[in-house]
Amino acid sequence: MNLATRVANAPSRDVLEKIFKTTYSIRQFETEGIRLYRQGLIRGYFHPYLGQEGIAAGACTALRKGDYISSTHRGHGHCIAWGADIKRMMAELLQKRDGYCQGYGGSMHIADITSGNLGANGIVGAGAPLGVGAALAAQVRGSDAVTVTFSTDGGSNNGTFLEALNLAAIWNLGFILLVENNGYAVSTTIEESTREPNLYKRGEAIGVESHQVDGNNPLAVHTLMQQAAETCRAGRGPVLIEALTFRHMGHHVNDPGKYMPAERLAHFKARDPVDSAAASLRELTDASEADVEAIKAEVDREIAEAVEFAKASDEVTVEEFKQFADVY
Amino acid sequence: MGGREMMYRDALREALDEEMARSPEVFIIGEGIAERGGSYKVTEGLLAKYGKLRVRDTPISEASMIGAGVGAAIAGARPIVEILYIDFAMLGMDQIVNQAAKFRLMTGGDGRVPFIMRTQGGTGGGVAAQHSQSLEALFYHIPGLKVVMPSVPADAKGLLKYALRQDDPVMFLEHKHLYMTKGEVPDGEHVVEFGIADVKKPGRDVTVIAWSNMVLRTLQAARELEDEGISAEVIDPRTLVPLDLPTILTSVAKTNRVVIVQEAVRRGGVASDIAASIQAEAFYDLDAPIEIVAGLNIPVPFNLELEKASVPQVDTIKAAIRKVASA
Repeated sequence: MNLATRVANAPSRDVLEKIFKTTYSIRQFETEGIRLYRQGLIRGYFHPYLGQEGIAAGACTALRKGDYISSTHRGHGHCIAWGADIKRMMAELLQKRDGYCQGYGGSMHIADITSGNLGANGIVGAGAPLGVGAALAAQVRGSDAVTVTFSTDGGSNNGTFLEALNLAAIWNLGFILLVENNGYAVSTTIEESTREPNLYKRGEAIGVESHQVDGNNPLAVHTLMQQAAETCRAGRGPVLIEALTFRHMGHHVNDPGKYMPAERLAHFKARDPVDSAAASLRELTDASEADVEAIKAEVDREIAEAVEFAKASDEVTVEEFKQFADVY
Repeated sequence: MGGREMMYRDALREALDEEMARSPEVFIIGEGIAERGGSYKVTEGLLAKYGKLRVRDTPISEASMIGAGVGAAIAGARPIVEILYIDFAMLGMDQIVNQAAKFRLMTGGDGRVPFIMRTQGGTGGGVAAQHSQSLEALFYHIPGLKVVMPSVPADAKGLLKYALRQDDPVMFLEHKHLYMTKGEVPDGEHVVEFGIADVKKPGRDVTVIAWSNMVLRTLQAARELEDEGISAEVIDPRTLVPLDLPTILTSVAKTNRVVIVQEAVRRGGVASDIAASIQAEAFYDLDAPIEIVAGLNIPVPFNLELEKASVPQVDTIKAAIRKVASA
């Protein structure tokens, strides 16, 4: 295994700025979303990505146009990192017409197939076969596009996890299964869920190149993902990556997360992925503190605009819905 | 235009061949479908013609095979996933019900899933409870899926070709008894749109609705009843979703009597739902209660005589038609 935390060739300032901006955008989007949720403006389930931002930011910045992602129930971060319009994301959370799914999908189902985002998913573990399918389609077309399925430690105990990875392996698909191991399936710990909590070992068991990485280090994730993507584009995929991380709160907004040990939470909060991304930008480039603050100010403005946009959008009418129902 | 007599399985293969030649996005995955050509020889020869990227064998991983088909379809390809027995499709129900069927609505209509699952069901020669089921009602119940059940080679070909040209998930349900049955298939381009029922035999006295293998049994029953002076009109909906209710209602307005035949178990079946639609739309056309002939509410047993007793036979269909005709 490789616990890839060191960086041989640091990326450019542009890339590091993008990684930082992405982590911070996710942080602020989720924080604002939780506020709106508590005001009653967002309904249903809202699974915050707080604390895990470094994984989506590091991974998606290593991909390119034409690639695909499939995501999880905790999917806002993946969409933002993939380049989604946060105005349309916020509008979707507020069940509005200008949302990505016109209010038909909501938090757990944001998708944008025009950009290669196959969608978040309300069924834990279901994204892996879908991702393998996109990778299969790419191979049939003779494309070197890569598909990344974001999965979870919870999803790893669903049968489709190994089935899908095995299909990708026997067909050498351009498929990266990125497991965000945050230690919990809702409230059940990974240690209670498997005798071998180092999930990357499951890939090795079926002949798949597998790595474990510090998920709170966005630059480490980015570097490893670049290598994995190259491996896949060369026809030597798939690759399994386990990214170790921790949630900053419970499973969803209304879960206080009392089962999360305070010292463990403190340990991970001291290794905040947003701070890590800012530090990389400051230490590895000539970016100043003022540059970092300028990016933050820009993001804060974008989030505020997204909220205004979402609030101003109207909702699909029942009459329009009934017309849609006719296709069924 | 003329036609050729061919077997159901050959008609299916011809559809696959023509559509694979027409679009490079069409590909097939399944267990034993490549070199072996499939358990029912439907895909025989396609590997040699289209290569291993587009005709490939899978391990026994139904949930992920189906899911991979759904994912490929979302990504714009036109995959066909062949599942050996409809019973095995139960392993992939999450991908069918929660993924394929939901994606279009969940994306506000922008996301489409042109995914086809080809599989076969029904009783046939003592393959027992886990290989004999007729499960169309499960898919019929789920909004977002098209349910196709061809009874004759021409429909098998035309409906499969249409399935590969539309954009919604299709449960293409064949029947293990039908693969070696023969029928005329029109020459040239033959595409059958979904939602158009076919009157397999015109008649005056009773409307009999049947699909898949039950069409053949019902036609035999109807022919035998002609000798008794009962004229049955046999309607094959061909697709259960979408269902061509207008053609059924037109027939009911003429005959005023209805029998519905399904191989699936009676409880919670498609026949009950069609009966409900007929009584809602044409109650005052009816001169007798609608009769449903269906499988018993029981798993299919291995013993051949018991297997026969568990699903409609020509005699039970005849008895139901006689009863309704004389009511």
